[in-house]
Formats: sequence, C-alpha cells, structure tokens
Amino acid sequence: MRLAVVAGTPGSGKTSVLMHTARALQEAGLRPAVVKIDCLWTEDDQRFSRLDIPVRVGLSKDMCPDHFSIYNVDDMLDWATAEGADILLNETAGLCLRCAPYPDRALAICVIDVTTGPNTPLKVGPLLTTADVVVMTKGDLVSQAEREVFRERVLEANPRSRIIEANGLSGKGATELATMIRCGPEAEGEMLLRHNPPLSICTLCTGELRVAKAYHRGVLRHLDGFMEYQGE
Amino acid sequence: MLLTILGGLDKDGRPEAVERINMVRGEILGIVGPTGSGKSTLIDDLEQFAQGDTSSRRKILIDGRPPEEAVRSDPRKKPVAQLSQNMHFLADMTVEEFLEMHAKSRGKGPEIVDRVVELANTLTGEPVRREHHLTMLSGGQSRALMTADIAAISDSPIVLIDEIENAGIKKQEALNLLAGEGKIVVVVTHDPMLALMTSRRIVMKNGGMVKVINTSDGEKGVFSDLLRVDRWLSTLREAIRQGEAVGAAL
Repeated sequence: MRLAVVAGTPGSGKTSVLMHTARALQEAGLRPAVVKIDCLWTEDDQRFSRLDIPVRVGLSKDMCPDHFSIYNVDDMLDWATAEGADILLNETAGLCLRCAPYPDRALAICVIDVTTGPNTPLKVGPLLTTADVVVMTKGDLVSQAEREVFRERVLEANPRSRIIEANGLSGKGATELATMIRCGPEAEGEMLLRHNPPLSICTLCTGELRVAKAYHRGVLRHLDGFMEYQGE
Repeated sequence: MLLTILGGLDKDGRPEAVERINMVRGEILGIVGPTGSGKSTLIDDLEQFAQGDTSSRRKILIDGRPPEEAVRSDPRKKPVAQLSQNMHFLADMTVEEFLEMHAKSRGKGPEIVDRVVELANTLTGEPVRREHHLTMLSGGQSRALMTADIAAISDSPIVLIDEIENAGIKKQEALNLLAGEGKIVVVVTHDPMLALMTSRRIVMKNGGMVKVINTSDGEKGVFSDLLRVDRWLSTLREAIRQGEAVGAAL
C-alpha cells in the first residue's frame, strides 16, 4: 500500500487536484482510495464518490484535525486494504501551517495557492518545508513572471521539493502528480513523523474558556517569545 | 528549432481537422476564433508541452521529439515565455523587488532590472518606475512591464501571447519587441492588425483546430492600410492625452 498525504490551506484546491489525480491513477490501472479529514463538516466525499472509488470521511470535531489525521493513519491504511485499494490518498483538513501530518514513508504533498502572493511560501512552515511535492494551484490567474517568482520562493523554503504547476479546473498537472504517487514509498513498518507537532499542552487544550492570563497553566509562550511552564 | 503541434480532439471528442502544424524560428503564427473556441487551451498546451495528457489530447514536439521531463517542469530549462490575459499583478512588492526576484529565478543578475524598466517605458505613455508598487500599476503599465519582462528576463525562443490588444500599450512595438530575432511567436488575437502581422493563422472552433489560413498578398495590402489608421489613432490619442486640440484627418 502506498500512502500520499495531501495537505494545504482551505480553498487552495486540494480536493480538485486530487479528483483529477485519482482519475489519472485509475486510468493507469491502479486502485486508489480516498480518506478526507475535515473538522466539522464536509461534502467532499460526494465529489469523490463520482469517481467510483472507495471514499471515507473522518471528522475531527474536538480534536486538532492534523493530530486526528496522524492518530488514525493505521485505521485508514487498514480500511483501504480491506477495500482492495493499492494507494491511499489522505486529504487533510488543512488549517494550521505549523502541523505537518506527513509520515516518513508516505509521499508528502503540499498544495499551495499562487494568488496568495509570493511571500506565502515563507510563511507556511513545516507543511511546506517538509513536503516532497509542492503543487502550485491557480497559476492561470497570474502572469508567468509571478508564477516563477512564487516558485523561486517555494524553492527557498524547501530546496528539495519537486514543484508541480496544477490547475484544479482543467486537470493540468494531475498526470505528473499521479506518476509521483505511483513511484512514492510503501507505507509499512514503524513510521515516524517528519516534524514534531506543536509543543503546546495547556489549559486551553483541555477546554478552558476564560481569556484572562491568570487562568492558564501548562507550556505557554509569551508575546515576546519567552516560553515557560506554569503549574504545579 | 522546430516546434510541432500534433492535433488531438475537439470538445465533442472528434479528431481535429488540422493534424499537424510545424513552426520554425522567425515565424509569427496567429490563433483566431470566437470566445470559448479553445484558443487559450491551445496556448496552454504549448506552454506545458502537452503529451496527450491534457483535455485536448494534443502533443507538442520540439525538433520532432517530446521534450525531456525537466524541460516541462523547470522554468530555467523551459524554452517558453508567456504573456497571458491576466494583466494585473497580485504580488505585494515593488517593481524592483519583483524584477530582481524574477531575474534570479531565470538565473540572471539584478543589473537587468534597468533594462526591463527602460523597455517598459517605450511601450506605454504612463511612466513605470522601479519604486512603484506592482498592485498599484494601471492595466497599461502592468502589460508594458510584463511584455518588457518577457523580452529581457524570460528571453525564450518560444513566445506565447494571449490577447495583447486589450492592453492600452503600443501593440505593434510590443509584438516586434517580443518577436525579437529568430523566435517562434504564437499570438491569440481578434485584432486585425496583429492577425495580419502573422504569416498564417489557425482557426479554432468548438475546441478544435479547423483550418489554417495563410496571410495572402491581398491581406498584406490591408495591413499597410491598417498601419496608417493605427498610427493616426495613436497620434489622436496622444494629442488628446496632452490636452491639445485634434486637427489633421487621415
């Protein structure tokens, strides 16, 4: 079983790119399955079901969606195996730029929207910097020069990445991405994350609603960058 | 260099009437057809060197062969420059920062920035300066800057132009600047003057290439008339911009 983890901010075009890519994988004689992770609600499973491939939705609700993705990798792989799939495409909810839910033995794909401007790649963090493939979307809305500047910035943030310019409407780039996925690693044995999730275990994580500083305990970081442990 | 388009399928999945087109250096080829006829898709196929893997199923060859994978994906190796319909910049930076960044992505030094700004100013009446913010440029300034950027920084043997006429810039100068010496230029246009500057033009319909029209001697005669009309219009436009009264008729 090969695993591809597709992450990226909401609205960047993850689902559209993945739809075309899943179709390209099918045309190549493979059997992809999709697990879509979202927070509260999604209708992406209906979009995927048009492809006639196994689709499953996971809603993270009160858990961090990226932590939820990571925690459920084993279950997702077992499900895909039971469905007779040979490739599992895991689309994440795509909210936090700090979490990068990429296991080492998976193809890590970061989808990023070119229209957000050429400073975006410098802001994104591990989601981009630890990816194998960076998929640039909506490039048709800007000039070639602007796409090339964006690309240069992506390579500054992640020099090892392979960049694919994709178009979620026309399907441009899908064949290239499908080829990368087919040649990606086998998900087996003990997998490790490429980057640690944020280290913040605090009272807010367990449901504190009061805002005032006096009510918070745990590992906390101040505005000026000072980090401390507050508690017993 | 020989650039070849191998026909694919139209929107109904039927094979295109035009099966093969070869282009050589120094040629300007037009693409014409109504809105939605597939002109931009054809330009996109050329831009990404489609290999039967786009919706049109066309194939694009260089010197009779599919280009290597790296030619398709790495802009430093890609022999294509494209001037697209989208003429506004979204990047929040100055002209200078942007051009330096683009020069770097094409393996060129920052000294080329002066040249680009100078060229841009030959194409538009509204001055473009290094310290201008990209997002504040007018349509004419943006298009002039993009054209100059393509001529100087991208400087590729294949130039693709999508609808230059909607621009507010000196279109004939722009096309001559982009065509430079010995390039293959493909221009999508509805503009009679630009269409007649080409040696032949592909006619698009329903997503497919339906025929190729060679620019006849008769059409070249029409072009010289158009050139006079266009120069006259430019003189009038400039006179009005400068607050002068308009006198001479054609």
